[in-house]
Amino acid sequence: MRFFEFLGKYYILMTKVFSRPEKIKIYRKRILFEMEALGFNSIGIAAIISVFMGAVVTLQMSINLESPFIPQVLIGYATREVMIMEFSSTVVALILAGKVGSNIASEIGTMRITEQIDALEIMGVNSAGYLILPKIIATVLFFPFLTVLSIGIGCAGGYFVSILTGIMNPDTYIDGLKMDFKPFSITYSLIKTAVFAAIITSISGFYGYYAKGNSLEVGKASTKAVVVSSITILIFNLIITQLILIG
Amino acid sequence: MIRTENLVKSFNDRTVLNNITTVFEQGKTNLIIGQSGSGKTVLLKSLVGLHPIDSGSIYYDDVCFSSLGFKEMKDIRQHIGMIFQGGALLDSSTVEDNVKLPLDLFTNQSEEEKLERVNFCLNRVELLNSNKRYPAEISGGMVKRVAIARAIVLNPKYLFCDEPNSGLDPVTSCVIDNLIKEITQEYQITTIINTHDMNSVMEIGDKIVYIHQGNKWWEGSNDDILRSDNKELNEFVFASAMAKRAKLATL
Repeated sequence: MRFFEFLGKYYILMTKVFSRPEKIKIYRKRILFEMEALGFNSIGIAAIISVFMGAVVTLQMSINLESPFIPQVLIGYATREVMIMEFSSTVVALILAGKVGSNIASEIGTMRITEQIDALEIMGVNSAGYLILPKIIATVLFFPFLTVLSIGIGCAGGYFVSILTGIMNPDTYIDGLKMDFKPFSITYSLIKTAVFAAIITSISGFYGYYAKGNSLEVGKASTKAVVVSSITILIFNLIITQLILIG
Repeated sequence: MIRTENLVKSFNDRTVLNNITTVFEQGKTNLIIGQSGSGKTVLLKSLVGLHPIDSGSIYYDDVCFSSLGFKEMKDIRQHIGMIFQGGALLDSSTVEDNVKLPLDLFTNQSEEEKLERVNFCLNRVELLNSNKRYPAEISGGMVKRVAIARAIVLNPKYLFCDEPNSGLDPVTSCVIDNLIKEITQEYQITTIINTHDMNSVMEIGDKIVYIHQGNKWWEGSNDDILRSDNKELNEFVFASAMAKRAKLATL
């Protein structure tokens, strides 16, 4: 029952979010502001996680695929595929759900309990659209860039670890990265990222917008936003993979 | 002018406002007073449409505000200014941007015209050289002034204030009260103030509505209040020793 209540409220909020903006120019400014706040400021964490993950994947592949029957070139290939197909879209999205999702839910939740949202409503502003739409657009446009960056940095992480540990020949690793490359896998990854970006911002915005009470409730809303966004991302990962790669 | 007729509002099964019928006049400072939990804030928020009412009507001049749809209500709201208890300024925007926001959204003025209007309003509330500061960097009294400047920037016809001097020292409270009174008379605004500050009641209360347990218990002017024999009103208004002495002196 609660699930249907959630869906109904979420749908009503989204109809408000996607209704015609008061002034496009103001929204354009806010989109740029949100791109910096939610996207640009997430480059650091995405880069750090990607470089280590790329390095660890390369190490794991080297250790576990140590066999005369398995060519070493597959290590670079596997690292690239892991980064493109799952890590740089899904895992980075899960991490951003924590960072960006909690940020959005707590920001909007605090605005709710300090009557800032009421103040916007009284001014005649569509508060849901004004606060949530620029965040959705900004992340849908910027997160794919983070994904591309993460793929590049992850693959570079593998390369560095092959040099630093000497676990495999770096040139063979590069050959593996180039092997049997299908550009569509990048498209698939970017589509997933855009969908995940919309999920993170809209669900976190929802929990923030309907926050009630005091700072404790804002904290709870923030936690719920991260949990529900993460679960939804995993479900949609399955659905999108089925639709695009198999279906 | 704002008029309510048999306004009823309840939350779950608890009736918070019961058959409130009154008139808030234009060009006057109309005060809603009452104990904490009496329903003042619910009444104020119902008047601006933040709480949908259960029954009754709210009229803004001749327009039945309570029967309007979202879009029509939005049009009327552009003529409403509201000062919230905590100021409710946008934390991520500077003082200037907070005051400019309604102009950005609802006018086609050039940037120069907008800045001129913002500076005029900030000057009007005697707040100078704070344009580029953020709400967290200014005092409580200054936040209230910025909130007033933002509320009047579009020349509203109706001004609502929810405890505008709560948390302020007596001197700043008087300044804020006088500012609201001046603006109300200057622009002939219908101003409704929700307060339990007795100094405000005596100084600026042109019309006072006393709410007791969700009912309109008494209404009159600040002169009438001193002569009223309403038991609950007297208990509320003359709760402090100083106020009791003031009443005795009047009598």
